[in-house]
Amino acid sequence: MNADDLSQGGTTAAGPDNWANHHYRTGGNLVQLITPGGERVSHPEYDVWVKDVTDEQLASLYEDMVVIRRIDTEATALQRQGELALWPPLAGQEASQIGSARALRDDDFVFSSYRENGVAYCRGVDLTDIVRVWRGNASAGWDPYSINMATPQIIIGAQTLHATGYALGIQHDGADSVAMAYFGDGATSEGDVNEAMVFAASFQAPVIFFCQNNHWAISEPVGLQSHIQLADRATGFGIPSVRVDGNDVLAVMAATREALERARHGGGPSFIEAVTYRMGPHTTADDPTRYRDANELEDWAAKDPMTRVRSLLERRESWSEELETRVAAKADAVAQEMRSGCINMPDPQPLDVFKHVYSTPHSWLERQQDHYSRYLASFGDPAQAASEEGAR
Amino acid sequence: MIATMIKEFRLPDLGEGLTESEILSWKVNVGDTVTLNQVIAEVETAKAVVELPSPFAGVVTALHEQPGTVVEVGKPIVSFEIANDDGGAPAPGNGPADEPPPAKREPNLVGYGAVVESSGRPVRRARGHLAAVKDAAPLVDSPMPTHQAAPEPAPAEPAAHSQPAAAAESTAERPRSTPPVRKLAKDLGVEIESVTGTGPGGLITRDDVRNFVGGGDLPAAAHALSATAYSRESADKQGDEREVRTPIKGVRKFTAAAMVSSAFTAPHATEFLTVDVTPSMELLARLKESRPFAGYKLTPLTLVAKALLIALRRNPSLNTRWDEDAQEIVQFNYVNLGIAAATPRGLTVPNIKDAHALTLAELSAALTELTDTAREGKTSPADLSGGTISITNIGVFGIDAGTPILNPGEAAILATGAVRRMPWEYQGEVALRQVMTLSLSFDHRLVDGEQGSRFLADIGSILSDPGIVLAMV
Repeated sequence: MNADDLSQGGTTAAGPDNWANHHYRTGGNLVQLITPGGERVSHPEYDVWVKDVTDEQLASLYEDMVVIRRIDTEATALQRQGELALWPPLAGQEASQIGSARALRDDDFVFSSYRENGVAYCRGVDLTDIVRVWRGNASAGWDPYSINMATPQIIIGAQTLHATGYALGIQHDGADSVAMAYFGDGATSEGDVNEAMVFAASFQAPVIFFCQNNHWAISEPVGLQSHIQLADRATGFGIPSVRVDGNDVLAVMAATREALERARHGGGPSFIEAVTYRMGPHTTADDPTRYRDANELEDWAAKDPMTRVRSLLERRESWSEELETRVAAKADAVAQEMRSGCINMPDPQPLDVFKHVYSTPHSWLERQQDHYSRYLASFGDPAQAASEEGAR
Repeated sequence: MIATMIKEFRLPDLGEGLTESEILSWKVNVGDTVTLNQVIAEVETAKAVVELPSPFAGVVTALHEQPGTVVEVGKPIVSFEIANDDGGAPAPGNGPADEPPPAKREPNLVGYGAVVESSGRPVRRARGHLAAVKDAAPLVDSPMPTHQAAPEPAPAEPAAHSQPAAAAESTAERPRSTPPVRKLAKDLGVEIESVTGTGPGGLITRDDVRNFVGGGDLPAAAHALSATAYSRESADKQGDEREVRTPIKGVRKFTAAAMVSSAFTAPHATEFLTVDVTPSMELLARLKESRPFAGYKLTPLTLVAKALLIALRRNPSLNTRWDEDAQEIVQFNYVNLGIAAATPRGLTVPNIKDAHALTLAELSAALTELTDTAREGKTSPADLSGGTISITNIGVFGIDAGTPILNPGEAAILATGAVRRMPWEYQGEVALRQVMTLSLSFDHRLVDGEQGSRFLADIGSILSDPGIVLAMV
């Protein structure tokens, strides 16, 4: 296996008479540090960015990946059991999310899409808060400033504008933190993302465009909407870009660290294309078997992000039963905490709708709230009356 | 003794807004002990086949539905006996177990648009207040200015009467349709209110509009039909008529006579030369930006014309005329430069008088005036006669080369091809260069191959290296 196994076409196969592949590939070799077989391969440019990563730290990255896959599995089950309205699975993208999120500092700020629940976990989000929105109990799951991560953006790609704007703010503050925008392959076709890149490049804003190319924009394959590699789209904006094996946690971390350093030292924006795969459906309401080839799924299953790290640790004799047990126990505990937090979550009260609309008191809103309370009270339900008191 | 309790699992909404699902198969039997999240059933929704994980750890006490049954969301499908100290996972939906399933819900899948309000509350009636107005003055101030838009004015009265009474009474709202369908109806002169929709929820489709017109039971529609039939007929006519005979006259007749006379009296020889005109194009760009040429319309043709005039000075035999009657060769010491122009009237070759005496700027202005005048069809007979040599610019049509026919009485004509970016030898390597092919026809009675070749080569070397002019004049 070599780096090109993960690419859309494969340079080796793209001869001049192989046009089908040829027009997909315009350059940019895939950065890979751990092969799917678990072999650590050296890379002249990127080794230096992860030379400090010990086997213990690698095991910790492994643990995080196992935990977020478990969060994903548990949340999917909760949806099937009627406890969540919807869930967007992240299975397959663990290395992209953990490798990038673990490279961030606390003072960096994340602007994500709805699929970055693994990133949220790394930022230290309360497990119950992860599912709050998906249960339909709140419009936003957490206070963005408590973990320096905006609540997930549902509008495709809009968060890249927020990230760029935040990065301009960092510039004005003279700080050296970085805004990190997560989005998918489909988002690169959105006007918002393109506008964000124009502004980021113009102002050399400290923002990273982290694109998880999971190959499917719901049912549309990435090849349909981009005849060049997504990383090459950034080149058109004058933003340095790199294609990285998104199932290789070390390579993702190396690429992210490089981009972070660039941003922190006034080098402006970067674009990272993490080439990965959405192993599950787009959301729990989707049936990927209707548009996706089972063979493709099988190919990508062989490139699993966790298996290769485990193989590498085994090669280095840093793997142990104890580690495996500990990681499994941690995943179980996290899943149980999230499940319990989810099913015991109190239903929102009618008057909660007035919360969080304005940061300061607002007389017109108070008037509306007063009217609505009296309307609710007119039903004579003591429970409603109680909630009305509680809301005040 | 451990206290136990019975928990029901009700079918959840597995998609976004589903109302029912079919139980495909049970993966467990009554009496089985199951763990949390163990797959207990496979169900198919309108969106996908999914596996149902058990929400409890316990013993299956009842399967309420058979495989193959379509079950409404909210109905119990399986019961479990679980330990009381289970951790108190509440039943899904937090509702009491004996709560009746919710009233029949309309499916409203995310991405499939909003369901029309079906509750007992009054349905919002859009534009209901218009009803009275429309009843008072039916269709005269119809929101669709149908008749103005019809190909020919149609009488408004029959259209107004054509409105079925029922339709006018029954509803004030415009029937549901899409903008393209309303456009179609408007184009066909059809009142959309008169059409009965057969699409989902009474939606008017394109076919409904077409069928309505096809029925022809209404004057307005019939009129519209005849209008479309007419245009279709005329279109068919063009396709059906295999030959069209047009009298030979005017410019066509003149052109034909000139070409025949030229082709069969002057023995033509044609030569081609392809040159790298990039330096000329660069010069052109510089000149355009320079102050002396501000306001002038400089084109590649301007430079070609200038190059021809310079080359002609070195090769005067190209600027001659064969006088058959006098049995003399006339050498012109002036140049009236003809420019072939496609005009509304046909091909004309007006010429620029004394072009040899013009500066580049003057030549540019003269060319602009000549082409503008020709395009407007206002070229005077004087401008059309007395030419001594011509240029035809076939490059504007994207053509590279051809054999131009001499304008009668002239010894040569130069055809300029399109300027193309092509791989070309440049400084020992292949580069993308701007390349043009020149085609020169000359009267072999007057001009030998040597002279013709030198003339063409001179033009070519000027265009590929404009600085060479310094060595020529």
